[in-house]
Amino acid sequence: MHRFLLAVLRRDLTLAARRRGDWLIAQFFFVMVASLFPLGVGPEPAMLARIGPGVLWVAATLASLLSLSRLFADDHRDGSLEHMILSPEPTVLLVLGKSLAHWLIYGIPLLLIAPVLGLQFNLPWDAILVLEFSLLLGTPILSLLGGVGAALTLGLRGGGVLLTLLILPLYVPALIFGAGAVDGVMAGTGAEAHLSLLGAFLVLSLMIAPWIAAAALRVSME
Amino acid sequence: MPPPTLSVHDLACARGDRLLFKAMNFSVKAGELLLVQGGNGQGKTSLLRLLTGLSRPEAGEVRWRGEAIQKQRDAYHAEMMYLGHANGVKDDLNPVENLRFAEGLQGRAFDKARATALLERLGLGRCLDLPCRVLSFGQRRRVALAALLLAGARLWILDEPLTGLDVHAVALMEGLIRDHLAGGGLVVATTHQALNLEGLPVQRLLVGHVAIPELA
Repeated sequence: MHRFLLAVLRRDLTLAARRRGDWLIAQFFFVMVASLFPLGVGPEPAMLARIGPGVLWVAATLASLLSLSRLFADDHRDGSLEHMILSPEPTVLLVLGKSLAHWLIYGIPLLLIAPVLGLQFNLPWDAILVLEFSLLLGTPILSLLGGVGAALTLGLRGGGVLLTLLILPLYVPALIFGAGAVDGVMAGTGAEAHLSLLGAFLVLSLMIAPWIAAAALRVSME
Repeated sequence: MPPPTLSVHDLACARGDRLLFKAMNFSVKAGELLLVQGGNGQGKTSLLRLLTGLSRPEAGEVRWRGEAIQKQRDAYHAEMMYLGHANGVKDDLNPVENLRFAEGLQGRAFDKARATALLERLGLGRCLDLPCRVLSFGQRRRVALAALLLAGARLWILDEPLTGLDVHAVALMEGLIRDHLAGGGLVVATTHQALNLEGLPVQRLLVGHVAIPELA
């Protein structure tokens, strides 16, 4: 069982390493979206610090969506998805492995870039720390829930747009608690409440999302 | 454990509103080959996907060792390998890496020496470290066949396994099918190409209504 999970992980990481352009695009997108806001709303430091947490979280959400439509699509196209589903190992593990790989490929680099962008928004250091922590809890949620959307829209024409419409509403709780935690620490009310809720949401997604995605995948393959 | 038999009982398959076939019954025993024949769009691939469990039948059921495959998914998948239209070969990986991951995804340990030997036997000895992207269509098909052989499954379900293969590879494939059947394996295959199956226990199943000339 662990061998299967490791194989899925290693495979997706190897493929990502062979096609660096694909995952760099999502990271560039994150940087671009976040950088457009100071240009659009003006360089006032107080205002930037005020909107910073929300903007960074929205940008992270959109960046993860950008890569999600291909979570299963490439494997579907070349037939390897069929082989993985016909494996004696449970499909839930496959989905879990692919979501985890997605998080390692797209989520971790976001975590590395976010502090720099936080500085650009004039966020204080304690707020940047909380931002990092909220992204650490929140980006796996994006990958897990995104797996459900990617499985549901697999093989549909215009699946990318549909995926966005399906998944963005599900991201709302993560967005609210994630950005709220950073806002909280900046307003002096503390971030614990928001972070605990974010953590609870992560556990909930981890328990439910892979099963729904596995079922959706089986339906999409018919 | 009951003997390895693949049987189909009152199977019906629909695609959208169209009924492709109904009341289909057959059974394949160890050492037998079932050749599924029929024109384009008659439901051959749909039948094979039903047999793998990738899709669910409209009515009836598919049984392996006497029990419905849905009730024993893991055990069935461990004994069955499916080769579809798409090869399941990753373009960015070389043939050896492809086999490594194919084995890992089946939950098995990888035997590199055996994999390399198989690839060489299939005429890919000079392409072992090339990404599959630069291989020809037929060579990629051979990589998929190597994965099939490496898995060592009892039941092979092959959808047009000869597409894109040259004369030598077709002859090789005939040999592989013979060996597999002689070793007590089962094969269900569709093909439009002529196969030399003399002396083999072959059942033919015609899917759909359009009769086609007998294949060699």
